[in-house]
Amino acid sequence: MPADRHAMSAGTEEAPASGHTAPPCVVEMRSITKTFLDVTANSNVTFSLREGEICALLGENGAGKTTLMNILFGYYAADSGEIRIGGEKVSFSSPKDAIACRIGMVHQHFTLVPSQTVLENVVVGSGGGKFFLDLSGARKKLLALQERFGLSVDPDAPVWTLPIGGQQKVEILKALYRDARILILDEPTAVLAPLETRELFATLRTLAAGGCSIIFISHKLYEVMEIADRVVVLTKGVLTAERKVSETSERELANLMVGRDLAEKKRPPRGTPGSPLLEIRGLTVKNDRNLEAVNDLSLDIRSGEILGMAGVSGNGQRELAEALFGLRKPVSGTISVNGMPLPPARPKASVESGMGRIPEDRMTTGLLLELSVEENLVLENHADFRSLGMLDHGAIGRHAERLISDFSIKTDGRTAKAQTLSGGNLQKIILARELSASPKVVVAAQPTRGLDVGAIEYVHWRILDARASGAAILLISEDLDEIFQLSDRIAVMYEGRIMGIADGGSASREQIGLWMSGVNEPCA
Amino acid sequence: MIITKRAPLPGWVQVLVPVGAILVTLLLSAAPILFAGGDLWLSYTSLFKGALGTRYNFLETCVKAAPLTFTGLAVAFAFRAKFWNIGAEGQLLAGAIAATWVGISAPALPKVAVLILVCTAGFLAGGLWATVPALLKTKYRVDDVVTTLLLNYVMWHIMGYLLFGPLQMPNSSWPRSPAILEIARFPVLLARSRFHLGIVLAVAAVLIVWFINSKTVFGYRARAVGVNPRAAAFGGINVNSVIIRTALLSGGLAGMAGVGEVAAIHFHLLMDISPGFGYSGIVIAMLGRLHPLGTALAAFFFSVIIVGAQSMSRLTGVPTYIAEVIQGMALIVMLIALLLTEYRIKAVKD
Repeated sequence: MPADRHAMSAGTEEAPASGHTAPPCVVEMRSITKTFLDVTANSNVTFSLREGEICALLGENGAGKTTLMNILFGYYAADSGEIRIGGEKVSFSSPKDAIACRIGMVHQHFTLVPSQTVLENVVVGSGGGKFFLDLSGARKKLLALQERFGLSVDPDAPVWTLPIGGQQKVEILKALYRDARILILDEPTAVLAPLETRELFATLRTLAAGGCSIIFISHKLYEVMEIADRVVVLTKGVLTAERKVSETSERELANLMVGRDLAEKKRPPRGTPGSPLLEIRGLTVKNDRNLEAVNDLSLDIRSGEILGMAGVSGNGQRELAEALFGLRKPVSGTISVNGMPLPPARPKASVESGMGRIPEDRMTTGLLLELSVEENLVLENHADFRSLGMLDHGAIGRHAERLISDFSIKTDGRTAKAQTLSGGNLQKIILARELSASPKVVVAAQPTRGLDVGAIEYVHWRILDARASGAAILLISEDLDEIFQLSDRIAVMYEGRIMGIADGGSASREQIGLWMSGVNEPCA
Repeated sequence: MIITKRAPLPGWVQVLVPVGAILVTLLLSAAPILFAGGDLWLSYTSLFKGALGTRYNFLETCVKAAPLTFTGLAVAFAFRAKFWNIGAEGQLLAGAIAATWVGISAPALPKVAVLILVCTAGFLAGGLWATVPALLKTKYRVDDVVTTLLLNYVMWHIMGYLLFGPLQMPNSSWPRSPAILEIARFPVLLARSRFHLGIVLAVAAVLIVWFINSKTVFGYRARAVGVNPRAAAFGGINVNSVIIRTALLSGGLAGMAGVGEVAAIHFHLLMDISPGFGYSGIVIAMLGRLHPLGTALAAFFFSVIIVGAQSMSRLTGVPTYIAEVIQGMALIVMLIALLLTEYRIKAVKD
């Protein structure tokens, strides 16, 4: 550690933790407990953060990481426990109080005004009640911050013109502009391309060296190993372990996080792929802003093959999937499923083509949350349960019972409302509906987003199972681990085009990462 | 103050809520009754006696409940599929106009055939009138709340044109149509009362709507569109077709309310053929929680208040407007009760 950090710690009453002088604790959360209805999000969590430290908060989805940080940032009040900032006991009733204590938070979903410039976004809300906006003073302060921490973005660029990585820089600048010394980043790399991640990490190191203390929420092990000094593991709301990164390994952390050894995953070898079942020719699709999101894209996927479509979000993956599902009308191009052309913009035709369709957004597109499990299971084929215009509820019930047991869906019963199920079980409803009829083609968009490790494994197993029975599978995912684990071929989508296709067995992460960032040259 | 979502309550609570809401409504309505100088006990006893106390009064309450049931069902059926039909009033008028037209010029056919003709015309007129906003919604994404509401005024003025023009009774200066033929009138089913065929049709409509909602493919699709149109479309359901058919049936039900008023009550078309049955239907549907059986009960409750308020007024001098106060109060109490069943509100100090 640099010597100047020790100098800064002088004058506080914090006792050194060990033989050599450790920097003082800037955050102490003691015995924090928080429950929502009957769910315990945090149970008796004690957590501390030292000055200049990068501490990773590791845990599966739903482990309570974000809740804990939302308590620290004043969004929620803890049911019990206390928080000390710089040794002082505090009680936050809103983020305003936390900001006053020089805490800043960068959320997973940015809170920027897209039509305003970087400078305006940074200044907004920090006027301190003054009537006139001192933009020139603000600009000076912003430029000084940018120079100091190497966060280069044009202060006059409207935010919507910036790439995601740039927008994240604006969020960080916003926090620094409010003099934050404690920075919370909630899964900051989830939306970034590998190059952008590297840049972010460089920024974080500069910040830490300048005395900023950083809490970094993640569930990606290699990132934690790379960036953090210390790692704290949360499992089901309980703080279960704490390690110095220099004294641990990815494998140990994985065990701590999941609570069991992650088996070394072996991709089942693929058989010889058969004839092409999904053929896309010259497909061009516009997005909601009437810009071409998918640009003259052609692709063949064969029977028994998984093609992984990697890419940073917002490069046309959503529009491609929507065109395949019949939810969006292509401008030009054709799609054939099993040799039959798919009429454009007709979801029913997409259903009837025998495509297994796993949409990106299971809550808003895939499911009828307010209806029962059995009603969700027959969304696409309810007409098959018809006699004389009436629904055969007995048959629908038997159908549901069978799928609930085949796909081990955990529910209070087939008539329970879907919204009472957990995320993993909601996805199982979709899997059951889409895969139980042995589809010839499967299009799975972000099939494991937001799921915990157990559910992810289940989804992967089902996808591999569909491949084994001869389906041609298009797996659209932003999770590179998933892409590498499952794909026979890996394609990368960038600005609506395919940057390149690599063999799944021999592709390098670096090559894929370069393609994802729009760099089209072979790796050195 | 902290508001949190409640865990779903058991079924019996769901049934108890409207009953409790009605009791609270009556409790709160005591204030305006006392303010109007009425004796509370006498007021409420005279209200319920007036509505339910004698055979004739009870049957009169049924008569009043018929159009309210139709408009309540019309709204409930539309709202379930998220077609925001505020236009039951206009659809009722469309039905009344069509029924009058057929009723005046009915061909010489057996009475059953003429009645079927009258009902079909009224149903179709209401239904087609409701498909106008449905088409605007599905084709051009025009807001259905606005169009259904405004088309009420359009239909009212069309009726005005007809009653001062082609449908006006000859040699009269009043906006009033000639009487419909005897053969086109709903038969009275119980002696010494006005208990007519329309009441039976209303009960049948309740059962039919319940059957469509819970047993048919169309009911499933309407439910899917109602809770999540995007997911319904994803699953291959033709959302636009569901909305248009919903509008047709919803408007048809409202049209039947108009048919009943012409063919069983007034026998003429009048400018004030409906004292706002279409608007009451919205309140009734909400009070009945959009369920057809609940809607029928709510319609009957409203009818009790309306009919009973007349005797109350005679005996205690409280104006009959109290009926409208109670109806409005019922809606507010019901909405608050629904809020409380879904959310828990905790007062927090500081």
